[in-house]
Amino acid sequence: MSLLSVENLHVTFSTPRGPVHAVDGVSFGVGAGEVLGIVGESGSGKSVTLRAIPKLLHANATVSGTVRWRGEDLHAMDDARLRAVRGGQVAVVFQEPMSALNPVLPIGVQIDEVLTAHTQFDAAARRKRGIELLGLVGIASAATRLGQFPHEFSGGMRQRAMIAIALAAAPALLLADEPTTALDVTIQDQILKLLLRLVGELGMALVLVTHDLGVVAETCDRVAVMYAGRLCETGTVHDVFLRPHHAYTHALLRSMPGEGAARSMLVPIPGQPPRIDAPVPGCAFAPRCTFTEARCATTRPALVAMADGHESACYAAARLGSEIAA
Amino acid sequence: MSLLSVRGISKRFPARRGMVDMLRGRPKLAVHAVEQVSLEVFRGETLGIVGESGCGKSTLARCLVRLHEPDAGAIDFDGADVLGLAGPERRAFNRRVQMVFQDPYSSLNPRMTVGATLGEALMVHNVVPKAEIPRRVRELLDLVHLMENAAERYPHEFSGGQRQRIGIARALAVEPSLIIADEPVSALDVSVQAAIVNLFMELQDRLGLTLVFITHDLRLVKHMTHRVAVMYLGRIVEVGPTAEIFAAPRHPYTQALIRAVPQVKPGRRSGEAAVMGELPSPLNPPPGCAFHPRCPVATAACRETVPGLEARGGAWDVACLLAG
Ligand SMILES: Nc1ncnc2c1ncn2[C@@H]1O[C@H](COP(=O)(O)OP(=O)(O)OP(=O)(O)O)[C@@H](O)[C@H]1O
Ligand SMILES: Nc1ncnc2c1ncn2[C@@H]1O[C@H](COP(=O)(O)OP(=O)(O)OP(=O)(O)O)[C@@H](O)[C@H]1O
Ligand code: SF4
Ligand SMILES: [Mg+2]
Ligand SMILES: [Mg+2]
Repeated sequence: MSLLSVENLHVTFSTPRGPVHAVDGVSFGVGAGEVLGIVGESGSGKSVTLRAIPKLLHANATVSGTVRWRGEDLHAMDDARLRAVRGGQVAVVFQEPMSALNPVLPIGVQIDEVLTAHTQFDAAARRKRGIELLGLVGIASAATRLGQFPHEFSGGMRQRAMIAIALAAAPALLLADEPTTALDVTIQDQILKLLLRLVGELGMALVLVTHDLGVVAETCDRVAVMYAGRLCETGTVHDVFLRPHHAYTHALLRSMPGEGAARSMLVPIPGQPPRIDAPVPGCAFAPRCTFTEARCATTRPALVAMADGHESACYAAARLGSEIAA
Repeated sequence: MSLLSVRGISKRFPARRGMVDMLRGRPKLAVHAVEQVSLEVFRGETLGIVGESGCGKSTLARCLVRLHEPDAGAIDFDGADVLGLAGPERRAFNRRVQMVFQDPYSSLNPRMTVGATLGEALMVHNVVPKAEIPRRVRELLDLVHLMENAAERYPHEFSGGQRQRIGIARALAVEPSLIIADEPVSALDVSVQAAIVNLFMELQDRLGLTLVFITHDLRLVKHMTHRVAVMYLGRIVEVGPTAEIFAAPRHPYTQALIRAVPQVKPGRRSGEAAVMGELPSPLNPPPGCAFHPRCPVATAACRETVPGLEARGGAWDVACLLAG
């Protein structure tokens, strides 16, 4: 059974210029010991989806759909219960550390707050745990660093401090939004191994939002691809990367800098994502797609099962599958 | 042909001591963020800067645009001594050298719409006549692939990658000669990233823009930079032509870094870590070569002698006693 299940999630922001439909009917589940990757175009709703789960969105957001945590409706919980789950069993690593860290509190105090709220440790044990946590995320001279403020850390150190805060209470589910974007490959490697160890040994469930397809390939069991607030494709990393069945996934994989000559122009997907301040008819990718048929522009394709656990919302799925196999 | 020339700059940040440390007479600590860095940036090139998280890349960048005053050293831009600039010359420098910040969230004014932020940059530096500002703002937003109505929106209404592109648009607005971009595409998916990288390369080819590009993405460094500088614990340990360094890295740290690039082939990662051993701290840098505690080939001499950055049998500079 899934630890977390999200069904038909919609998020709309109301703005002075009208509504913005950021998430448009997203469903997925994650089980204990499982790693789900979420990838997709910048602005496609990955962060909003993640923040909607523990109800951490801006006040101008309206959320509908169901989010179940161990079978219980997370969005129906009262505030006290929600606060107990949040930061304890369900922890979040936010995309922009400075938006989540408190600029006027030393890092050590921010770790200590989580430990005080969610564990029985006494002050000495909490300090010891704080030092240990900073060490785990690769911050040297941890005892001195605990006393420093966020602005005294480098970008990547702030990101790692946030990971340490999220892991402080040993969560059962970690929602991590681009947790390694500010890290070099060697420290990224160390952090991903740490997370995978928690997944493997403690059965932590991990939802990992990242645009780094190499990270997805090396850490995730399954991957979900988003475009304009919708899920376009889900499946095992192997299936989705080697046999993409959605035209957007196909185009995304082609824009990676690869073996091309140095300084040759890269291959972005031409055009822009649709405006999301009005409902998008048909397939949201249709205006930029090279595989379109007539119905793409008018009728929204549903997510349908292709093979074992591989689903795609693309009318050209079968054609794409055979083209790539050929 | 250097546009920017950096000679021996250092920057240290004193760390606060707790009361107990002070009473026990423990020595004052300082973070050695940048240590005696010398560097040339040539006109029209892209210079990549890579290195471990916390090694001093952003601090170096901030020194270059005078957001930090270095403790020692000198910086020349287009023949002028940057640290001595004042008045109108300082303002001209501020326009010609633009920075794209690593953290777009805290570098944008939350109470100004994106249109106002870009408009202000255009106005302060008199880039276009006032009447043309709205049109120019639209063009800039289009260049970085933001939606047409972005100008009316506030920073919090954007995604992380969208905010990152606002930072790029702001730097481009004033038509600088040099852009120092700190992780400018780290929050972008590969397709949008490809578009922005193409934009940088195009501006460079068409307008001769010079670019210092700080990034952790080695695939990108390999693809778009002409030269690359590798930093470790505040110092440059290797600098030279990108293609040659990627083909045969000479510093053991660079070698480890290039080996650790994740592959896009599915399959769980292998067991061993890329660089092992005790983590160094800039609060207490190891003596000799700062990399020696983790270096697989270190000798007794490495523990004592700080290697200088010199050409050692290659067409580029390496700071390793054993190279060449
Ligand atoms: N508070 C808000 N008010 C209005 N619109 C918003 C708000 N927050 C996000 N949006 C919009 O919702 C969409 C989805 O944003 P989200 O942050 O989820 O994107 P993302 O997939 O995480 O992108 P990135 O990869 O760039 O981080 C974007 O188009 C964004 O502009
Ligand atoms: N304002 C500051 N006050 C005190 N210490 C600082 C300050 N800015 C940076 N440091 C310290 O200087 C060192 C170098 O930081 P810097 O931000 O330059 O690293 P970086 O190479 O950019 O790392 P990252 O890749 O993680 O962004 C770090 O140890 C950091 O803690
Ligand atoms: S549904 Fe149509 S437009 Fe959408 S991705 Fe598939 S083929 Fe392209
Ligand atoms: Mg995001
Ligand atoms: Mg930095």
